[in-house]
Amino acid sequence: MGHILIQDLAKRYQNRRQHSRKNDIHAHEKIITVLEDVNLEFQDGEMVCILGPSGCGKSSLLRIIAGFDRATSGKILIDGQPILKPSSDYIFVFQHNGLLPWMTVWQNVELGLRHLDNEAEKEETIQEYISMVELDGFESYYPHQLSGGMQRRAELARAIVVNPELLIMDEPFSGLDFLTHLKMREEVVNMHQFINKTIVIVTHDIDDALVMADRVVVMGNASTKNILLNRKLAFGHPRNIEKIEGLRELRDELYLMLGVNYAV
Amino acid sequence: MKRNPLFLSSVSFSLLILLWAIITYFGDFSEQIFPNPFLVLASGVELFNDGTLLKHVVASLYRVTIGFYLAVILGIPLGIVLGRKYLVRQLINPIIQFLRPISPLAWIPLAMLWFGIGDQPAIFLIFLSSFFPLVVATTMAVNRINPVYFHVAANFNFSQQEVIKKIIIPAILPEVLTALRLTIAIAWLVVVAAEMIAVQSGLGYLILDARNALRMDIVMVGMIVIGMIGVLLDLIMLRLAKNDAIGWNKAS
Repeated sequence: MGHILIQDLAKRYQNRRQHSRKNDIHAHEKIITVLEDVNLEFQDGEMVCILGPSGCGKSSLLRIIAGFDRATSGKILIDGQPILKPSSDYIFVFQHNGLLPWMTVWQNVELGLRHLDNEAEKEETIQEYISMVELDGFESYYPHQLSGGMQRRAELARAIVVNPELLIMDEPFSGLDFLTHLKMREEVVNMHQFINKTIVIVTHDIDDALVMADRVVVMGNASTKNILLNRKLAFGHPRNIEKIEGLRELRDELYLMLGVNYAV
Repeated sequence: MKRNPLFLSSVSFSLLILLWAIITYFGDFSEQIFPNPFLVLASGVELFNDGTLLKHVVASLYRVTIGFYLAVILGIPLGIVLGRKYLVRQLINPIIQFLRPISPLAWIPLAMLWFGIGDQPAIFLIFLSSFFPLVVATTMAVNRINPVYFHVAANFNFSQQEVIKKIIIPAILPEVLTALRLTIAIAWLVVVAAEMIAVQSGLGYLILDARNALRMDIVMVGMIVIGMIGVLLDLIMLRLAKNDAIGWNKAS
């Protein structure tokens, strides 16, 4: 399944360094609010792209969804169940270095299947997913022997091989060169259509969101308004932004919303 | 042009021995004070042939092995715990930082009182000399593990045991192997000193005994053998550090 309901979510940190400065009488009040009053609902199978400036709390939101971090208040329900801890039902795809460097591609992909008893079935599945991300022949390579794009694909294979309800991706294309970025984006879209699971992606790239997303969420600062936009995009794939009127208009709107005027 | 490093080091050693020979030949030293290389070589051969040398070498290596082994099996697990458990680290680390700068040699009087005469005090001193550096190096290595790997572990439902076996140990292995290499050199330094006090065998004892008999040729044989074994130990550890298990590590 993979229906996600985020209700009145808030995340506050106490600034410890300020706290220890005893001569500052306001020190104990120094609380940093990262998320405030966040309400979102993602449908099962949706590809959700979250845009927002640095420091708007989008990464914090992802970490809470993944169960790596606890919310200060509010709750997140996945298919009606609150998230209490990380689980292989919700796989987090890291920005970079998410593969375990001391394990080969094969061993990394095997992580989620290591409890399978049927050796033959396990091997077949691993091979199938390695082929899906076009890493045939690289099974026994260590991550550092692969290019950045290949590393992301290997991590993608590791994530989807466990058939998770939800994929959480934190800037999955950052640090890739331009063409690899476009190819990876296409692969993620194809993969999404194939596995049909909910995917939540944080990105800096407006085009990524326009090309990929079934739903675009724009986050702003918690001190003003956390969710600036939450819109469903009912366009088919593959998409060409230049050829779709609605996407071009939305792009202008997103640029303005994120404070970039000259692009419009 | 790149020469064989073995060739170059044999050149430098030949020059060193030649210099030594020249100084002792032309200098006005008595053999009791500064023996020439031929005399040292002859004594070395004699000690080797009658088995004395081997006996002392084995005694020293035995103590180093036991003391070092104890330090490894206690120090590395403690380092892992200190690296992972904040509270334990806050509790134990100050003690370790306090004990660490005390030279193992300062422990000699207590070691002798507690363990008597024989192998145990020497082993205890070697253990001390290796234990603290290993604990500190392991703690730091564990601390430096990228937190992403623990998130991956949590994401794939790793048990506590799996976290240790599949994340912590492989992640710290390169740094721990380096630490082992540095530590065994310290242990080898300390064993000689320890053997000058508490025991009747080992290379340290050989040197002390030869000094008492004013046999500087034997003292020098002892020194040379210590140096050779030190190099050998380092080569073994270096070999270990080129292990397949850390082949993933770019830096190595």
